[in-house]
Amino acid sequence: MAEPFLIGENMTGGYGGADILHDCTIAVDPGQIAVIVGPNGAGKSTAMKAVFGMLRLRGGSVRLDGEDITALSPQDRVAKGMGFVPQTHNIFTSMTVEENLEMGAFLRHDDIGNTIAQVYDLFPILKTKRNQPAGELSGGQRQQVAVGRALMTQPRVLMLDEPTAGVSPIVMDELFDRIIEIARTGISILMVEQNARQALEIADRGYVLVQGANRFTDTGAALMADDEVRRTFLGGQ
Amino acid sequence: MDFANAIVALLNFVFVPATAYGAQLALGALGVTLIYSILRFSNFAHGDTMAFGTMVAILFTWGFQSLGISAGPLPTALLALPFAIAVTAGFVLGTDRVVYRFYRRQRAAPAIYIIVSLGVMFIMNGLVRLIIGVKDIDFADGGRFLISAGEFKERTGLAEGLAIKSTAAVTVVCAFIVMAWLFWFLQNTRTGKSMRAFSDNEDLALLSGINPDRVVRVTWVIAAGLATIAGVLYGLDKGFKPFVYFQLLLPIFASAVVGGLGSPKGAVAGGFIIAYSEVLVTYAWKKVLGYLLPDSMMPDGLAQLLGTDYKFAVSFAILIIVLLFRPTGLFKGKSV
Repeated sequence: MAEPFLIGENMTGGYGGADILHDCTIAVDPGQIAVIVGPNGAGKSTAMKAVFGMLRLRGGSVRLDGEDITALSPQDRVAKGMGFVPQTHNIFTSMTVEENLEMGAFLRHDDIGNTIAQVYDLFPILKTKRNQPAGELSGGQRQQVAVGRALMTQPRVLMLDEPTAGVSPIVMDELFDRIIEIARTGISILMVEQNARQALEIADRGYVLVQGANRFTDTGAALMADDEVRRTFLGGQ
Repeated sequence: MDFANAIVALLNFVFVPATAYGAQLALGALGVTLIYSILRFSNFAHGDTMAFGTMVAILFTWGFQSLGISAGPLPTALLALPFAIAVTAGFVLGTDRVVYRFYRRQRAAPAIYIIVSLGVMFIMNGLVRLIIGVKDIDFADGGRFLISAGEFKERTGLAEGLAIKSTAAVTVVCAFIVMAWLFWFLQNTRTGKSMRAFSDNEDLALLSGINPDRVVRVTWVIAAGLATIAGVLYGLDKGFKPFVYFQLLLPIFASAVVGGLGSPKGAVAGGFIIAYSEVLVTYAWKKVLGYLLPDSMMPDGLAQLLGTDYKFAVSFAILIIVLLFRPTGLFKGKSV
């Protein structure tokens, strides 16, 4: 099997103190959606942060497009083409929607007009609210701003930490549709989700983590079809 | 005629001085509020940064005067201002490098920063007294009056004169230009926006590739510039005395808190609110009332609510009222 585009391989580590991740492997290919699911405290967000360089790994490595980026800081990884949307505090609340997008593109020195237009095409509501402070938007719209901000660097990988936390089911479906659209443009998506069932439905690859280790890894559809996964993690049936 | 005289007296003794003082406070409060929102601490050394900047400006002014350079009708200190800002900015950046950076890397608590800034305040205070002394220094030169009282009386035929000192006019014009520039800078430039982003959400700013060291440096330079300008304008208007600048810290912080800490608009509004309150409460209203009231109703005393010695009580009272009832200030800043 060829090397995946982005892979965090055999990652072991934590925030100092006891390890949270144990030999955990997460990978995603261009245009694919990889979803990390698992019970509370399984280390889903930690695994994502490890891939993004927000915690020090004791073992394992992270490689992007064949290049070892284990030692890079999160900022340097952004420059390498990784976009990250944190779970909370992921927008500049006092700044307008458009300023949020501009700040997302802070590293770029070329014309960002096209990218802004693309984000507005993806999230039309943001265009109508472009001059409104982002903090005044609804929860779903804020998430759109957050994703839009991360897209402004034109990343090759987009990492989303629970993008649908705290939004209504309708908004959640809408957001998932947008995420699929983003993946179709060739961007790899890696996301952590609480709504495991819906997330696995759109996932090309699913990772079920338990206590910081890989428990099941397969395509989203296969995981949905797996009796044990369904029984233990997706609640019944 | 009496009514016109009352209005002129009010303009002369309340409106003009309070507007000039308000502009000075607003500039000081802008510096405090910028540091609070971007570096995240209350900089108690700001008053003494003003004193330091003014001292440098005075030294340059003396230098220019001895060389025979002047700005015509304008105070020579305005020519010295850019040099004073550069020196003060250099000093403040040095302070950051030697003192504050250490605590920033430790991610020290705000309370520690306050004590640290107190230490910096004492050092600067001592330095200024050592270099230029503790005496009152009047360094205003150029034209004295834009409109003098005698001239005004002659032209209007009123008994009451209106005098506008050129320093008051210079203060208001300068302050207006500086504020307009600062708001434009924060609102429209890439650097200004990155400062607002850093103030809003530090972690996300880092994720977006905003360089924190640069934001911190630019903030210090702007704060030093604001402090120096505020200090020089205050000094031109009322004379320079290091201890007075140290005391100015209270009305300046009161201004920033009243407007809402972290809000530049609030700092400007707060500066004028504090200045007007101080002047209105400590003004002897006897003269104005004399024009408006019949003799039988005239108050016996000066009709002054508080002696000018108590002017700081006004800032304190407003500060406490705001903190009790609206801790985020008028413009929804961060609560203290």
